[in-house]
Order: sequence, then structure tokens, then C-alpha cells
Amino acid sequence: MDKFRMIFQFFQSNQESFMNGICGIMALASTQMYSAFDFNCPCLPHYNLAYGLGILLVPPFILFLLGFVLNNNISMLAEEWRRPQGQRSKDPAVLRYMFCSMAQRAMIAPAVWVSVTLLDGKCITCAFCTSVPVETLGNASHPRLSQGEVQRVLARIPCKEIYNGQQLIANEVAVRYLRCISQALGWCFVLLMTTLAFLVRSLRPCFSQAAFLKSRYWSHYIDIERKLFDETCAEHARSFAKVCIQQFFEGMSTDLVAARCHLPRKAPADAGEAAEKLLGITDQGTMNVALKSWHRCKPPLHLHPPALPTGNAWAGEGQPPTHPSVPRRETAAYYSWV
Amino acid sequence: MDRFRMIFQYFQSNSESVMNGICGLLALASVKMYTSFDFSCPCLPQYNMAYGLGIMFVPPIILFLCGLILNRQSLVMLEEWRRPPGRRKKDLAVIRYMCSSIMQRAMVAPVVWIIVTLLDGKCLICALSGSMDPEKFVGFANVSTEQVQQLLAKVPCKDDELMRNSSSRKAVSRYLRCWSQALGWSILLVLIITAFLARWLRPCFDQTTLLQARHWSNYIDIEQKIFEETCCEHSRLFAHKCILHFFESMRQEIKLHSFSLPRQGEGAEGEEDLLQGITDQDQVNKLLKTWYCEKPPLDVS
Repeated sequence: MDKFRMIFQFFQSNQESFMNGICGIMALASTQMYSAFDFNCPCLPHYNLAYGLGILLVPPFILFLLGFVLNNNISMLAEEWRRPQGQRSKDPAVLRYMFCSMAQRAMIAPAVWVSVTLLDGKCITCAFCTSVPVETLGNASHPRLSQGEVQRVLARIPCKEIYNGQQLIANEVAVRYLRCISQALGWCFVLLMTTLAFLVRSLRPCFSQAAFLKSRYWSHYIDIERKLFDETCAEHARSFAKVCIQQFFEGMSTDLVAARCHLPRKAPADAGEAAEKLLGITDQGTMNVALKSWHRCKPPLHLHPPALPTGNAWAGEGQPPTHPSVPRRETAAYYSWV
Repeated sequence: MDRFRMIFQYFQSNSESVMNGICGLLALASVKMYTSFDFSCPCLPQYNMAYGLGIMFVPPIILFLCGLILNRQSLVMLEEWRRPPGRRKKDLAVIRYMCSSIMQRAMVAPVVWIIVTLLDGKCLICALSGSMDPEKFVGFANVSTEQVQQLLAKVPCKDDELMRNSSSRKAVSRYLRCWSQALGWSILLVLIITAFLARWLRPCFDQTTLLQARHWSNYIDIEQKIFEETCCEHSRLFAHKCILHFFESMRQEIKLHSFSLPRQGEGAEGEEDLLQGITDQDQVNKLLKTWYCEKPPLDVS
């Protein structure tokens, strides 16, 4: 149990740091994704806005969902939410705490994407280049163009190579203007997010600290209980398998002895443990039969009490009457096959 | 217990170093953020000042708030401040000490940003180029007022077609940069002198109060950590007991329903103890279903 205790303490004390680590990795991945992404403004009047806003808003949504998917605790939350009440009442405060902490961590990567996008400026330049105030920024003397023409010319602002409106408004002036607006929005967004995070974190001790401690304890408890239950089931499965296989080999060995009318060979007293481990199977033929039988006819998932030394393999007595008949039929078939 | 002792000693000796480390990391992050940020002055008369001063002052506020958020001790201090007195009096000197140490650490990254900005000069050039006196510079002296505003606003943009090879632009730029760097170095000097004096002169004042405040603030921090560790340990033991009770109650229920004889086997007893009486696929399925549908009550008395 010492080993388990160390592992669980590690998980517990480091569960928060582990989740924060994943959070930080996703934020870095988000910046990396942005720099690796090849932004390509279409430079057409109605497509620009859709493309620009799409790149600004769709990847954060994806990153938000990914943040939930990668969080192991989501299945724990769902299980706790949907389980029948039974003998243990459900505490909505605990569920809310679990959901809030997951949502907060999932919000970080999308916020990083939006900030990086706004501070870089390409998205906003692409999306809003047709809304540049030509009257204030543009050249006063230019031939009057129709509204549609002006839109088409302005839409090409992000694509310097094909821009043909230098008389209408200088490309650098428009780009600088849009980029300034974008960066201002970006910094305001970051300031807003940071202020919100600060308020959420610092107002909590001022209000519901006791309720918070309770919710935190029980949410950690649910997590630990689930992990311990899984460990206990794994241990149980291991023991179950061990006994099942042991009984299989014993059964095989007894049957083969019965079939060949050999006297059960008594291992010499000093061979000890090694002979016991052979489980009565001591030659190639027997082993082959055992292996074939294991594949063709696996024993039922039902451990019977240890067999008496005379090899009475009929484990009929002591079997609970409520058992379904299927396993018993399997047992009977096995013996009659031999 | 040895292990716990080692861990707690580590926390105690290193809680200050952990906080200093975070402070240093934030300062480095601040420099990195500045170098990777693509400063792009709008070069328009009304926008320059707002942009320049915004870039100089908004990120420091963000870095300050980050410094407060990332510092664990700020939560501890807030809890200590807001808790009901109960049976333990609150010592305001301790809270003040904690508050001042948190603030000092949180101020490092914003100050680094401001100093780097000033030493680099771009922000101040962008913000103040429109406020220059055109008479001082040859190229702008004989231009009409509206035009001069436009031209001065374009000074930060080296690649603008009007400003590409203008020597007056370079003159304004150099002048502003000189002021910016002088301001940056002066602020740095003043801060270092203040820090030096504060550290050197501190023992001349009330040293005992300081030692007490520091001790008790450390104590509160450690007490909080130990409480969390104890809660973890407790919840683990609670869960362990709860699960054992659950398996036991399942075993009894199965005994009740299945009338099986008590087993007297010898060989595999060790293993079968671990099996807890559950030795059948259906029993295992029932156990798992009961675990989900009817979790045991949180009561291990």
C-alpha cells in the first residue's frame, strides 16, 4: 500500500500542477499553431469579413472543446452528474466547482489564440479593410468611384501585390491604421481577461471560503475514490485470474491423470516449490493438451472452492443455486469431452 | 513520516525562492513579450499619443495583475484578512508584511517593461512626435500648421514615402530617443538606489517587529500547505475505508442470497482473501453495477 500511497499523494498534490501543465502546453500549442498557419486573405469584398472573423473565432471554439476533451476529469464529472442517487446524495456545489475549474482551464488556450491573433493584426486587417475611413485617411483628390468599385479596391488592401488604389488611399496608411486598432483591441482583451481572472481569484476568499473548501475536498475525494476503486478492481481481477488459471491447470492435471489411469506421481519431498509450481503437468504431451484446451474451451468465470486431493472435480456441491445454468452446462460439457 | 518531513522542510526553506523564481520568470517573459511584439505606430495625428502611451502603460497593468494571480501567497493573505477571528486573533502587522512583500514582487515585471520600453525609445517617439515644436527642426519650420501636424505624426514611420530620406525626421527621432533613454536610465537608477537604501537601512528600524511578522507570515503559509496535505491524506484513507466497506457489504449480501458454505481451502487462501468473496462473473458484474447505481453513503463509522 505504501507504493499506492506515494502515487496517490503525488497525483493529489500534483493534480493541480498537472492540469496547469496541460493548460500551459495547450496555450503554447495555440501560439505555435497560429505561427504555423498560413494566413491567406481572399481580398474580395464579402469574403474578407467571413474569412477574417472565421479565423478569429472558429479555432478558439475548437481549442475550447479540445480543452474539455483532454481533461480526464470530464468523465468523472459526467459520471457524478448522471449517477442514480442511491444511498449517497449529490451535492450540486461540488458539481459546479468541478465544472468551473475545468471551464477555466479550457478557456486559456482560446484566449491565447484570440490575443495573439489581435496583436498580430492580420485577421482584423483582412476582415475590416473595406471599412477604412477613406475620407479622413485617403487622398482628397481622387476620381469619384462608385461604391462597389471603392469596396473592391479597399478589399485588396491586405494583398499588397495586387493593390491598385494608391491614389485612393495609401496602402501603408490603411494597414497601419487597421493594425493599430487591432493591437489596441488585443491589449484591451488581454487586460479584460486578466482583470476577470484576478477578480475571480481574489473575491472568492472574501465570500464563500468555507463552501469553497468543502467543494474542493469532496471533488478531490470523488477523484481519489474513483482511482482507488479502479486499483482495487484491478487487484481483484488479477487475483481472480490467478485462481481461475490455477484451478484450470489443476482440473487439467486431474483429468489427464484420471484418463490415463496413472497414479498421481508424488514429487520427492525435497523438490519442494518448483514441483508444486508445475501444477501436475510434467511432460510435453500434457502441456500441449493444456494449451489446446485453454484456447478451445476457456473455463467459466466461476471460481469453485479448492478441489479435494482425490480429484473429485465435480464442483457441483457448494455451487449457489441462484447461478444461471449456462456456466454449469459449460462445465459439464468440458468434462464429458475428456 | 520521514518523507513528509523532508517535503515540508523543502517547502519551508523554499517558499521564498519559489516566489522569487516566479517573479524572475515574469520579468523575463515581459522582456520576451516586448521583443516579440510588433510595434507599429499608426502615424496619424490623433492616434499616436493614445497608441504610444497605451503600449507603455497597459501591459504593465496586465503584468502586475498576473504577478498577483500567480503568487500563491496573495490568496493566503486574503484568506487571513477576511477570516472571522474565531479563537485566533488577527495580527495586522503580519497581513501588512505579506501585502508589501506580494506587491514588491508583483511590481518587478511591470517596471522591467516600462524600462525596456523607454530604453528602446519607439513608444515615446510614437507618442510625443506630434507634440514637438516644429521651429526647432529645419525641415518643419516653414510648413503650414495642419501639414506640420501630419508630418510630425509620420516621424515614427521610417518607411513612409514622405519621410524616407528626411534628415529632419532623423533629427526628431534622435532627439526623442535621447530623452527616452535618459528617462529610462534615470528611473532605473532611482529604483536601484531606493532598493539599496531600503535593504540597508531596514535593520536600523524596528527589526524585532519585522522578524515576528516574517515568522508568522511563513507560519500561515506552511499551515495552509499542511492543511491541504492532511486533507488529501484523509480523503485517501476515507476512500479506502469506504471501498472496503462496500466490498464487505457486497460479500455479505452475496452470502445472504447464495447460502454458500464457508470455504476451508488452504492453498490459495492468500489470493482468495483478496477476492473478498467475489468469485464469479455475475457477482463482479453486480458489484460494478451497484457501485454505479448505488454508491455507498459517505459514512465509515
